Amino acid sequence: MPSFDLSRSPRRELNRALHALRQDTNETQWTVSNPEGQHAIAAGLDAPVTVEIEGNVGYYCAGMNKQASVLINGNAGVGVAENMISGFVHVRGDASQSAGATAHGGLLVVDGNAGARCGISMKGVDIVVKGSIGHMSAFMAQAGTLTVLGDAGEALGDSLYEARLFIRGSVKSLGADCIEKEMRDEHRELLYAKLKAAGLAGEVDPAEFKRYGSARRLYHFHVDNAGAY
Amino acid sequence: MADQNGKPQAPRTKPRFSATFTPDVMSEIRRAAATGIYDIRGAGAKRALPHFDDLLFLGASISRYPLEGYRERCGTEVVLGSRFASKPIHLKTPVTIAGMSFGSLSANAKEALGRGASMAGTSTTTGDGGMTQEERGHSKTLVYQYLPSRYGMNPDDLRKADAIEIVIGQGAKPGGGGMLLGQKITERVAGMRCLPPGVDQRSACRHPDWTGPDDLEIKIEELREITDGEKPIYVKVGASRPYYDTALAVKSGADVVVLDGMQGGTAATQDVFIEHVGIPTLAAIRPAVQALQDLGMHRKVQLIVSGGIRSGADMAKALALGADAVAIGTAALIALGDNDPRWEAEYEKLGTVAGAYDDWHEGKDPAGITTQDPELAKRLDPELAGRRLANYLAVMTLEAQTIARACGKSHLHNLEPEDLVALTIEAAAMAQVPLAGTGWIPGQGAKF
Repeated sequence: MPSFDLSRSPRRELNRALHALRQDTNETQWTVSNPEGQHAIAAGLDAPVTVEIEGNVGYYCAGMNKQASVLINGNAGVGVAENMISGFVHVRGDASQSAGATAHGGLLVVDGNAGARCGISMKGVDIVVKGSIGHMSAFMAQAGTLTVLGDAGEALGDSLYEARLFIRGSVKSLGADCIEKEMRDEHRELLYAKLKAAGLAGEVDPAEFKRYGSARRLYHFHVDNAGAY
Repeated sequence: MADQNGKPQAPRTKPRFSATFTPDVMSEIRRAAATGIYDIRGAGAKRALPHFDDLLFLGASISRYPLEGYRERCGTEVVLGSRFASKPIHLKTPVTIAGMSFGSLSANAKEALGRGASMAGTSTTTGDGGMTQEERGHSKTLVYQYLPSRYGMNPDDLRKADAIEIVIGQGAKPGGGGMLLGQKITERVAGMRCLPPGVDQRSACRHPDWTGPDDLEIKIEELREITDGEKPIYVKVGASRPYYDTALAVKSGADVVVLDGMQGGTAATQDVFIEHVGIPTLAAIRPAVQALQDLGMHRKVQLIVSGGIRSGADMAKALALGADAVAIGTAALIALGDNDPRWEAEYEKLGTVAGAYDDWHEGKDPAGITTQDPELAKRLDPELAGRRLANYLAVMTLEAQTIARACGKSHLHNLEPEDLVALTIEAAAMAQVPLAGTGWIPGQGAKF
């Protein structure tokens, strides 16, 4: 099991080694110690491996991840798992702004809170935040699901497209064109599947959540909607 | 003059049009009153602006020694991204194709741009919406744009690219995002952008995961990590505060700065934005070059200038003012066949004429370039159109060489401000070269 101490070797060496992994590599379990808030740790991975990071990471940890599982035993800086394509990223502490920004796929789980713009422009990722999320989350979110066990800040889902938002707690305010929608059986089933993927099956009742989505009034620019922009 | 009864009348003044309320202005007021919505169009600023036409080369004389026009070598090659990238880009000519998206342009048009640029030994650039196979396959050197929307962004294409261009803004709309209207959103375009077909697609004006130059530095660091430091990283800005934007791009770690003036085109933006925000290309170059010189980075961080470049003369003037290369967008589309009079009858059906057509956002382009309509797109043969573009790029290069030799330069990069004079006080001040026939440079020494 390869281990990498970032206090002794530079991040470039770590990422170079991770990028060089073949699809059938036997080195599937990596540990990284002393990250000390460095940026872009384990960014750009594309192999079915697990990288466990012991400590806090800086910006863009696991950025553009494909296939890999990246486990962060600490807090994550701005843009954790940004533009993830597939795989799994688990922040066991809090995540800063823009967690999961523009991510196309995979699963991002944050055990603590996530800051502003969580899931901004998300394009298919599933995000589960066990705490609360900050303002402008899911801004222009296009596809995927954002599940929040706590509360959401101001302007949730502003200019939302087709992403589905499930919030258990309170929502300070909704952004332009974001509305509460009926929670039907198919939505509860979908939510249950996302909770299960995050290891929360049986621990959280989908019935406690409200669903938010796009009113689709801004899908075609029209002067009558000018006041909404 | 007499009335119908033969009574003499005082002469009437000739009907006089207002210089303020011109026919164009009145037409726009009537259109706005009828529709209640602002005008959206493609292309760049159409108003008359101080431009490269306001500069002249002096040529050689007793004090300068020319090179033989048809014999002596005048180099044109340029290396982009030599600051940090382990694989910088080598181009045969310092004129590149600017970023234009698949979505705003047809797949055939993108392929033609790739073919033409490759034949000429230069690069082409993706746009919002990601990279198409046609484009990658036919582009020897392809720059991949990294835009706020991140439509179609994925690490595989990032690694397939030869360089990465982080787009902060563009000259037609500094501070603005974009909108691809629903009529151009086919299933293929929608699929690449992860949105339903037929829905207007807004391209954000801000990047979703960074704000400010300190964050940009970290973003560049991430992109270098993901691509193992191979790719040159360009930073593209719309011309507004070129001195500071260039300095901040350099500070953030850019290999190349792309500076786009207000004549630079757009696929679809409000006319009021295009015509009233940003500064002309001519006014932007010297501040950007000054920033590079102040930082000791001129020629180390390369500067690409775009926005209204039309000829080898424009290219030579931009290079003389300190640019390392230029980029063309609108001119490249015209070379492919945009606004060609052969489609005049169809332009008239659209309420316009060849040469003035700019409703690129509507997807009805008779030339088959700014459209996703398969029948219209078929009109553009990518091989023939690519050949036309290659010819045009060759002419631009030959023209620039002709001028450079006349100025005694053995490489286009040896052109310098001293080779230029200005025809107007405005151009002299903006380009910081003397008004022709004088030694006067208005505003010389003024701080940015």
